[in-house]
Amino acid sequence: MDPITLLTVIVLTVFVGFEVVSKVSSTLHTPLMSGANAIHGIILIGAIIVAGQLDDPWLLVVALLAVALATANLVGGFVVTDRMLGMFRGRKPATEKDSTK
Amino acid sequence: MNILNAEWTALLYLVAAVCFILALKGLSSPRTARRGNLIGAGGATLAVITVFLSAKLDNIPYILLAIVVGSAIAAPISRRVQMTQMPQLVALFNGVGGGAAALVAMLELGHSEGPWVLVAVVFTMLVGAVSFAGSAITVAKLQELITTRPVVFPGMKWVMSLAVLAALVIAGVVVATGSAGWALLLLVLGLAVGLLLVLPVGGADVPIVISLLNAFTGLAVAASGVVLDNVLLVVAGTLVGASGTILTRAMASAMGRGVSGIMFGAFRGGSTAGSTEQSNRPVRSSSPEDVAVMLAYAQRVVIVPGYGLAVAQGQHTIAELATTLEARGVDVAFAIHPVAGRMPGHMNVLLAEANVPYESLKEMAEVNPEFKNTDVVLVVGANDVVNPAAKTSPGSPIYGMPILEVEEGRQIVFLKRSMRPGFAGIENELLFDPKTTLLFGDAKDSLTKVLGAVNAL
Repeated sequence: MDPITLLTVIVLTVFVGFEVVSKVSSTLHTPLMSGANAIHGIILIGAIIVAGQLDDPWLLVVALLAVALATANLVGGFVVTDRMLGMFRGRKPATEKDSTK
Repeated sequence: MNILNAEWTALLYLVAAVCFILALKGLSSPRTARRGNLIGAGGATLAVITVFLSAKLDNIPYILLAIVVGSAIAAPISRRVQMTQMPQLVALFNGVGGGAAALVAMLELGHSEGPWVLVAVVFTMLVGAVSFAGSAITVAKLQELITTRPVVFPGMKWVMSLAVLAALVIAGVVVATGSAGWALLLLVLGLAVGLLLVLPVGGADVPIVISLLNAFTGLAVAASGVVLDNVLLVVAGTLVGASGTILTRAMASAMGRGVSGIMFGAFRGGSTAGSTEQSNRPVRSSSPEDVAVMLAYAQRVVIVPGYGLAVAQGQHTIAELATTLEARGVDVAFAIHPVAGRMPGHMNVLLAEANVPYESLKEMAEVNPEFKNTDVVLVVGANDVVNPAAKTSPGSPIYGMPILEVEEGRQIVFLKRSMRPGFAGIENELLFDPKTTLLFGDAKDSLTKVLGAVNAL
């Protein structure tokens, strides 16, 4: 990617990030932090790409460690956010749906 | 495998990036939040499948094994962790993400060419390492494995400055030479800077640091996207970096403090580590039975839950008390300060877990004008967020912090462990007010007794 395209993508994404989050109510700040936390677990694809190119066994071990850590971030992040959000419910409808647990 | 060509790969990554934006957007309302999170998880799954179908990969069995191991560790912990320990878990996942980014960048050092890519490599390594070590300290503080008070030693300022300077010089050396040995040293220095950055932060400010480190990891991931020439990593990382920065500022301003004051306050001696002196002035303390009568015969009760409630695991008991009072015809609402609990919105999660409908949870701006029409304000394990000193005494460390104006209520009941001041270490004048009643003891015990007394009426 040439530097100018890259800069364009970054600047526009920063504005999207500001916009999207400025409307989140403080009630949901914790799930939001946790959700954003899960999203940066996408470093997993970087770890996969790197691990897929290595021949040296020791470096491969390091790369696989990165894959496992990134997976923990990604999977754990989404599961924990879902669990938090599953607890938000309205007064009327959601009760029978969640009472299974 | 090479099933997907470059165009399809880019297109699928774009879909994944859109999913992440929709995920953050969905989190803006309780009704769409869960779906938003699932869209985010769907985007991530799509991206992982895409990488397997597009990139030329060796070692696929090992990679799959590592993914299985990572999932097998993270998923059960996420399902079982107690809601009060949620902040630790978020910090932990944030730290390992930062660590993964740092390792990815270090392994790519040999394949990286061009000054900008090398700058991105050192940036990812440094910021990822800071995030990893910093998050580890926040976990230790929240889990109370180490003291929650600021850890400062003489000359720390100089050690910190020296470590940062050395890290920058070595980063320059790595960019110039591409040397792996120096890169390893850079990683170690990054870890040291992370430790030194978070150790001086007081327990009450840790949530803000978690949010800041979350943004850091986002930036490290974005930079790793530059290293690997991967737009999805750039977009996802930048999104988290930008949204994390906004969230950090929102949290800090809710506490009436600047982010730099939190990060560097202890160095300047202006930290939130307050005194633990107890005052001997007289207060009016009462019995659970008296409190039960006050609550049961009130028309309108507002409950102000604080960190003490979370520590005592009293959220289920207070939810039951609210239901019982409502069954008697009392109008009950919960007033939630933005930083109640250990993270913004943490108290909402704890109360949601205890089946309190979110319609009963009122935010500060909504509830403050209502206090003067409230018969009884029940403050459970909160102190600084209801301290009028934030409005009245300019010399106070919490001056300027927005508070819940419970002093407007007709009667105020504090459930407190002791007369010790809160995190900020400032005495609360409200405790000595004639319309204030205190009930001492563990929040959960006190609530159970009050609940029993209400049921006996």
